[in-house]
Amino acid sequence: MKNPALFKISILDDNLHFARVMIPLLFLLAGTAPINAQEGEPTGQRTTEGETVEKKFTNKEENALCLKCHANKYVRFTPEGSDQPYIFKMYSDCIIDTTKYYASNHWNFKCVDCHSSDYETYPHLAGLRFEYMATCLDCHGDDPEYAKFHFEKIQEQYEASVHFSKYSNEISCWSCHNSHYYKINARNRDQDIKMTIAYDNAICLGCHANTDNFEMIAERLNPDVTTTHEWLPNQANHFKSVRCIECHAEINDTLLVAHKILPKEQAVKKCVECHSSDSRLKASLYKYQLEEGASLVKDDMIGDAVLIGSRRSTTVNLLSNILILATVLGILGHWSLRIITRKKTKP
Amino acid sequence: MSHNLYLYPKFIRLWHFINAVMFLLLIVTGLSMQYTAPDSPLIRFDIAVKLHDIGGITVSINYLLFLMGNMVTDNGKYYRIQAKGFTTELKGQFRYYIWGIFKGEAPPYPISKDRKFNPLQKLSYVLVMYMGMPVIILTGLALFFPQVFDLLGLGSLIVADVIHVLMGIVLTMFMLIHLYFSTFGRTMFSNFKSIISGWHESSQAPG
Ligand code: HEC
Ligand code: HEC
Ligand code: HEC
Ligand code: HEC
Ligand code: HEC
Ligand code: HEC
Ligand code: HEC
Ligand code: HEM
Repeated sequence: MKNPALFKISILDDNLHFARVMIPLLFLLAGTAPINAQEGEPTGQRTTEGETVEKKFTNKEENALCLKCHANKYVRFTPEGSDQPYIFKMYSDCIIDTTKYYASNHWNFKCVDCHSSDYETYPHLAGLRFEYMATCLDCHGDDPEYAKFHFEKIQEQYEASVHFSKYSNEISCWSCHNSHYYKINARNRDQDIKMTIAYDNAICLGCHANTDNFEMIAERLNPDVTTTHEWLPNQANHFKSVRCIECHAEINDTLLVAHKILPKEQAVKKCVECHSSDSRLKASLYKYQLEEGASLVKDDMIGDAVLIGSRRSTTVNLLSNILILATVLGILGHWSLRIITRKKTKP
Repeated sequence: MSHNLYLYPKFIRLWHFINAVMFLLLIVTGLSMQYTAPDSPLIRFDIAVKLHDIGGITVSINYLLFLMGNMVTDNGKYYRIQAKGFTTELKGQFRYYIWGIFKGEAPPYPISKDRKFNPLQKLSYVLVMYMGMPVIILTGLALFFPQVFDLLGLGSLIVADVIHVLMGIVLTMFMLIHLYFSTFGRTMFSNFKSIISGWHESSQAPG
């Protein structure tokens, strides 16, 4: 049975949607709405680890040349020497969502920074389809500015993963990191962890729950994730509370996001790997959020996750131990007194 | 010679038996889950979860039966507290437990057909059955149906979780004390016999 809850986090979505609508509205009402800059150079906010940086777009004008076709469902094109425009559908995979594009990590890129500038002409040259696309390391390798991401280590781990060993040709970094929309989530401290989980799992489900994408690469049937994980109780909730990589990737201390996906035989199946006080999630899912600190009900080690078996609150654990100990000692004390005095009061 | 009272009719004994067994199961599995040890688990985690679920559901249904039973039969009367004089009675019973019992005094509120519980028993049963149990059952349901709990928008599940764990500890304390006080019968085991047979032996301590 397919569980629809698996693929959506509707409650969060709804709330987020509500916030997206209400916050600008509030600004408008207060008359303090930031007046957006002119088309071509709109401003926006970009947050990197807490600090807010003003976004200055310098690419929109040029991208509009491509996006007039690639952001639309239909293409209107008048071939040279003709005054009759042709109208036809754009392939859905070739349509770019500009909102997501301009919110991504590579938000200030021109299309032709990555794609050949020969694309400026239409019809595109047939050979362009086989152009070389730069890899992540072509740009980010050995760059001290990105040292904290450890791109080289990621590459190394990726090359040891099942995806690379079986399909090094068909799968690349771009298969998981959408070329136009990839955006940092796990490193975003302000984001609800459930959103990160949903984002990361959607990456894997993009193939493992999508028959077309899967079978384009592997010439076999796509096993249904819901059935292959039936052993996991309350699966829908687990898939909203942990990422696939928690169980499927080998933890690496230098990396925030483990990239070495292991064969399925080595996947985590023991509940206590997560549900225990030395949960592996501390080294993966909760790694970045951990420094948030503790409160009465939250432990500094796992935040506000209801992870049965881990120490959810130091205070509660301490209190529990004291209460039980006091009860047992009280009973033993009373009992001893009864035994001692019973002998005395015996006639 | 001890005179016997038929205090616990069949349905109470059956209810109590289910409650006791399931509660023990819940405590053992609950502690096993709360203090998981990956290498030497008391009970394997997934088994503990399943057993705890079964125990929780059984105890919840059993609790509903208890509520209904106390509404439709006259067993409910033992759980009604008369405000007037109750604190005096409590003090009397308390004094007995921390003082009189050691001097070989007779209990101040001996068990009779009209007084199945002494004042302290009554208070603890009322607190446990009408406050503790609803809290632990409702928070347990929240943990069992996290999606539904989310929808209710009552707040964070971690709060429900912490309350559930704490109430589990409080009820475990009750259980320990309850067991201990059950040894205060005519002999060490006579009260245990009575919750099985239904017949209460006069609680006059043996000479
Ligand atoms: C007049 C409309 C139009 C414009 C302008 C246009 N494209 Fe395209 N593009 C298309 C259509 C239609 C396709 C679908 C494949 C085809 O017909 O070649 C396409 C396909 C592509 C592809 C996929 C090629 C493949 O075979 O997989 C890329 C990449 C691309 N365009 C990039 C660009 C870039 C970059 C620009 C701007 C510099 C641009 N396009 C401007 C209409 C356009
Ligand atoms: C950061 C580099 C980068 C930028 C910037 C970029 N692209 Fe791409 N684009 C790629 C890569 C890489 C692929 C191939 C995707 C793959 O292999 O999965 C691609 C594929 C495409 C495709 C084909 C999609 C498909 O599924 O076949 C189109 C169309 C396209 N890009 C258009 C654009 C347009 C229009 C822009 C500008 C708005 C743009 N790209 C900006 C890297 C980029
Ligand atoms: C054509 C060069 C190029 C390619 C290819 C490229 N990047 Fe980038 N990337 C950049 C640049 C330049 C930036 C800085 C954008 C900015 O100004 O914010 C960036 C930003 C990022 C950031 C955000 C860093 C931060 O501090 O916010 C991440 C993460 C990232 N890239 C990952 C990747 C990954 C993963 C790939 C491959 C799937 C990739 N990049 C491919 C050039 C590239
Ligand atoms: C099987 C899917 C997959 C592949 C293949 C993959 N990644 Fe990732 N990668 C992810 C996921 C999931 C994340 C977490 C995204 C998030 O939440 O920010 C991630 C995150 C990252 C990050 C950000 C880590 C951080 O510290 O914030 C970088 C950088 C990165 N990947 C680079 C790469 C590079 C380089 C490659 C190719 C060698 C690659 N990835 C291949 C799935 C993949
Ligand atoms: C681009 C598509 C694609 C994406 C994205 C993807 N996978 Fe895969 N994955 C595959 C294919 C294809 C296989 C190979 C299946 C086969 O032939 O056995 C595979 C194999 C696997 C296996 C090994 C199964 C086995 O038989 O041992 C695991 C585990 C796995 N993927 C997990 C993940 C995780 C976790 C993610 C997200 C981080 C992910 N995959 C993202 C396509 C993908
Ligand atoms: C709680 C740990 C856990 C989580 C979370 C998890 N998996 Fe798995 N997964 C496993 C285990 C264990 C197996 C091996 C099952 C078996 O052999 O019976 C497996 C098997 C698989 C397989 C191979 C199925 C097959 O039979 O070919 C794929 C593909 C896979 N998982 C993908 C995913 C994806 C995608 C996600 C995220 C949506 C995910 N897993 C989340 C533990 C997990
Ligand atoms: C990859 C880590 C991981 C593994 C492995 C894992 N869990 Fe969980 N489990 C979680 C997380 C995270 C939550 C939810 C925490 C939250 O709600 O914040 C959870 C929640 C739960 C819950 C309570 C919420 C609910 O959905 O009812 C139960 C019960 C549970 N897991 C049982 C199990 C059992 C049994 C196994 C082994 C078969 C298992 N888990 C394996 C991480 C894991
Ligand atoms: C193994 C565990 C248990 C044992 C051995 C046990 C034993 C007893 C005994 C001996 C009595 C008779 C009362 C007396 O004479 O003092 C009794 C009554 C009672 N017990 Fe327990 N008990 C157990 C668990 C529990 C639990 C878990 C609860 C509630 C959560 C509970 C609630 C009660 C109540 C409400 C009564 C009064 C029943 C009535 O007559 O209405 N018991 N129990």
